Amino acid sequence: MEQPLVTVNGASWDLVGVAPPATALDWLRSIGLTGAKEGCAEGECGACSVLLARPGIEAPTEWTAVNACLVPAAALAGQEVVTAEGLGEPDALHPVQRELAVRGGSQCGYCTPGFVCSMAAEYYRPGRCESGVFDHHALSGNLCRCTGYRPIVEAAEALGAPAAGDHLSFRTTAPPPEVTPVRVPGFARPATLAEALDLLGEPGAVPLAGATDLGVEANLRASRPGLLVAIDHLTELRTLEVTADSVEIGAALSLTEIERRLAGAVPLLDEVFPQFASRLIRNGATIGGNLGTASPIGDLPPALLALDASVVLVSAAGERVVPLVEYFTGYRETVLRPGELIASVRVPLPLAPLTAFHKIAKRRFDDISSVAVAFAIEIVDGVVARAAIGLGGIAATPIRATEAEQLLVGHPWTGATVVEAGAWLAASGTPIDDHRASADFRRAMMENALFKLYTETVAS
Amino acid sequence: MSRLSERPVTAVVGEARPHESAALHVTGRALYTDDIALRTPYLLHAHPVCAPHAHAMITRLDPKPAYDVPGVVRVLTADDVPGINDAGTKHDEPLFPTEVMFHGQAVAWVLGESLEAARIGATAVEVDYEPLPSILTVVEAIEQESFQGAQPRLERGDVAAGLAGSTHVFEGEIDFAGQEHFYLETHASLATVDDDGQVFIQSSTQHPTETQEIVAHVLGIASHQVTVQCLRMGGGFGGKEMQPHGFAAVAALGARLTGRPVRVRLTRQQDMTMSGKRHGFHATWKVGFDDDGLLQALEATLTSDGGWSLDLSEPVLSRALCHVDNAYWIPHVRVDGRIARTHKTSQTAFRGFGGPQGMLVIEDILGRAAPVLGVPAHELRRRNFYVEGQATPYGQPVRHPDRLDRAWQQVLESSDFERRREEIARANAENPHRKRGLAITPVKFGISFNFTSFNQAGALVHVYKDGSVLINHGGTEMGQGLHTKMLQVAATALGLPIERVRLAPTRTDKVPNTSATAASSGADLNGAAVKNACEQIIARLAPVRAQLGVATTWEELVRTAYHERIQLWAAGFYKTEGLSWDAVAARGEPFKYFAYGVAAAEVSVDGFTGAYEVDRVDIVHDVGDSLSPLVDIGQIEGGFVQGVGWLTLEDLRWDVSDGPGRGRLTTPSASTYKLPSLSEMPADLRVTLLDRATEDGAVYGSKAVGEPPLMLAFSVREALREAVAAFRPPGESVELASPATPEAVFWAIEGGRD
Repeated sequence: MEQPLVTVNGASWDLVGVAPPATALDWLRSIGLTGAKEGCAEGECGACSVLLARPGIEAPTEWTAVNACLVPAAALAGQEVVTAEGLGEPDALHPVQRELAVRGGSQCGYCTPGFVCSMAAEYYRPGRCESGVFDHHALSGNLCRCTGYRPIVEAAEALGAPAAGDHLSFRTTAPPPEVTPVRVPGFARPATLAEALDLLGEPGAVPLAGATDLGVEANLRASRPGLLVAIDHLTELRTLEVTADSVEIGAALSLTEIERRLAGAVPLLDEVFPQFASRLIRNGATIGGNLGTASPIGDLPPALLALDASVVLVSAAGERVVPLVEYFTGYRETVLRPGELIASVRVPLPLAPLTAFHKIAKRRFDDISSVAVAFAIEIVDGVVARAAIGLGGIAATPIRATEAEQLLVGHPWTGATVVEAGAWLAASGTPIDDHRASADFRRAMMENALFKLYTETVAS
Repeated sequence: MSRLSERPVTAVVGEARPHESAALHVTGRALYTDDIALRTPYLLHAHPVCAPHAHAMITRLDPKPAYDVPGVVRVLTADDVPGINDAGTKHDEPLFPTEVMFHGQAVAWVLGESLEAARIGATAVEVDYEPLPSILTVVEAIEQESFQGAQPRLERGDVAAGLAGSTHVFEGEIDFAGQEHFYLETHASLATVDDDGQVFIQSSTQHPTETQEIVAHVLGIASHQVTVQCLRMGGGFGGKEMQPHGFAAVAALGARLTGRPVRVRLTRQQDMTMSGKRHGFHATWKVGFDDDGLLQALEATLTSDGGWSLDLSEPVLSRALCHVDNAYWIPHVRVDGRIARTHKTSQTAFRGFGGPQGMLVIEDILGRAAPVLGVPAHELRRRNFYVEGQATPYGQPVRHPDRLDRAWQQVLESSDFERRREEIARANAENPHRKRGLAITPVKFGISFNFTSFNQAGALVHVYKDGSVLINHGGTEMGQGLHTKMLQVAATALGLPIERVRLAPTRTDKVPNTSATAASSGADLNGAAVKNACEQIIARLAPVRAQLGVATTWEELVRTAYHERIQLWAAGFYKTEGLSWDAVAARGEPFKYFAYGVAAAEVSVDGFTGAYEVDRVDIVHDVGDSLSPLVDIGQIEGGFVQGVGWLTLEDLRWDVSDGPGRGRLTTPSASTYKLPSLSEMPADLRVTLLDRATEDGAVYGSKAVGEPPLMLAFSVREALREAVAAFRPPGESVELASPATPEAVFWAIEGGRD
């Protein structure tokens, strides 16, 4: 095993002795870098945003913004990190920094370095200049309490192309850093899936991918697992294959990677992605992690249920395939056995032609569902030929709306059918009152979702 | 024109300049309190022991087990306090309580070599509680008559006669939410002691002097043994006016007892759980209009949710009463104010300081009454505007009401209000599932601390022999651009390029006895003090300049003056003249002037879900002659969006069940408490500063800007009401909860269906 080193703003640092619960943010601040800051410690505010050199899709390497507050410091081993300090100096500002500074994009300045990093990731994104569009979602995981955002958006939109000699731009043309195996107390990064499965057999071991959930557990609820086994880099879990029969998505692919690699192949997921947390989170969060954590309010499960997906589970004993509808067994409980990992998610083809994802939340970017409803429907000659409806936020697990589906199938796609099925939808699950929404509202939203979908199909 | 407001022809004030620390912000070099802490050797980290009850007596507290945790250095308890065990100025906020008054209250603090050690140590401290009955809502407090502090009455005219003479009388009630400050930088303090036991505290505080005083009384030492410095804050918004004191005192106490630097830095959850917020209010009202829709009388009772201790609840309530009129002439008024004592965090200052809560009441009344009166809401509002010669219910003449008319007219025109209103009505008629709403609302906000004594400020200006200038003033920088403005003021007053002037961090040993940087008054007060100091220096230099000739460079002038033994530094002072306030009678002229603004907002609402978007906002706001237009526009936009957050999105919830979690804040984190993100930014936001707006009573003709724009956000709430109304039969009054979350909007729509 190599000596764990990390490159920060071009300089090499020793990571020896750095172990959980120290986060990347803690460690960066401990070496005197003050740019990344803690605003919430749960990946919601982006004040800790930093850039990582990650494997790219349109370029060998892409600068990827992530929440440093969630990632264990030990996971930085072998990585290349750039913070706001590494982008520019006060008297030699980076273009992103200059635009923010001169346009009044900072007031108290506390969130600013995080915005700088998130904006810089988008600045360097291959294809941004060609498209001429700065994707606002790049900033969806950064909160500012002072400015009201207008000058920040203006700064983003004023950005031109990186200059010819820009070294960070140049860096993207070379491969990303090689993965370094690591073993420190409480953290391991195995080189192969087999090693990972082996490590997961150790007491207290839990798999770790983007840390977007485990990091929150560690920071907010002081969860201290015995061993974090980093699986995010395992090539066996990072494949994406589209065949005639199915789309198979590797569990360790981040949502950002899936979105870009699918490139529209699964339209329902394209509706989910922009509503799934924020870009910062999607850069870390994996499809396997979202199913592994088995939250009843996760955004992917309702969509994947509607898509009739299955999960491929792997363990030392071999593989098994479980339909997603049978995967969730209780509140945050699944059929996963100790030592077993999600290897991939399989979505059968052909897809239903009419799909929609309705997420009800207080805020449009970066919020958690009160209710999520996903539809996959096929209408043939005015009659519903197939219908799959996934629901989130209304029971201890994500569920299928079986009764409503049965009521739809074989019936004409009309207002009357929709009203009747909507009543069944409203009766699905066991919604509760909480700080996100009342049970009555949740029921009303389920009922209305189908009617809204119907209205939109009729209007178009 | 007053000397204070007179602006030279060439002036650095008025230039649009970026924030003075912008280059440091964007490169991550700007230091905040906790950045310094992490660079401090031998540092100890503090972690609170938090009570799991809304109300309880502590029957036993045993810190001993914590000392078995590796890395735990010291446990701080009430027994360690050498001075007064109180974190406030009202002697009702024990720093280490024996009676727990809210869920999550710190009962002891553990100091550790690492934060992890302190955290584990805190879990090891043994505390026994005897739970007591708790009061959580204002309604419960009213029922049980649980009040605290003064109960002021604001009265003018004869309300009974006014209501009797009204042709339309309405009654109503509204219970509306408070707001979490959610400054991105949580509370932070770092205390060190020197060889003489003097305490130096770096604190994220808006009120360094009061932090100093509280630390001194907790430690039982004099103020001159305590120095507080605030480099800058990562946001304050009022939440760091009184709330930092206790945390600073814990750090200071720890440093005195251990001799080591002690850092207190709250996590977001601790900050949200332990620190005070904007007061939610409950209001009942009765209002009378005549046939023309003119307000005749208002009778109301405003009860604020003060939380467990008084903190700033009394002045907040005063300001609420003083803003219940907003921009409207109401001949007969009687408003009673009360402060509920509940088992929650002690609610405190928050941008607007009661003004928004007072205004919400009258804006809600007008929005609800308009359809029943058969008058469009914007017309109803305009008809009731103050005119020259009228005075507020507390007796202050309303100066410059014409500016409100001017701003209103300008927004009507720039927003193309009437045409869009018609177009929206047409579109709404055609679309059963999506409705748009357009509304325009005014703001009139009084500037000065209601409490007259606070309206003073000091500054210290040094001119060094090389001609460079260093300024110090009593105000703190929390992102509002105060330091930028102060540099501009000094450069203007001295006639120098701004590059010759530097600003040093706010410290109590440089400028003593300062007021909180609050009430939007930072630039007014400190700017006048800085200007005063600069003018003293200029006056002393005048004879030298006369001797050397006008062509003399500044550097030569300064050099010569030094050799002639002329004092090149000065302490400046300012107090606002002409203020008076009788808090008991609720009468006087507490404000130097009023700031005005008008906003028109358009929203669109989805009838299936209640979800909405803010499509366009037009604002004209009065900042006098702006000291710093880029800063001022930033304050207007930021304040507006923060107000929109309060009124539409931000949703504080407590566990009000009788279960074991009773009293717990159930939204103590960024994932459960949503503040506006990029997605809430109006798609089209147009802000204009009112022209021809010189304010004679303030520095270089400017006006305060920190708080007033927050209340421009009522335009969004009223636009939502208009959109909801479009789903419902015409002529119906629409009640809208606050915050008007998508769920609340949905129920408002549903309330009128069938």
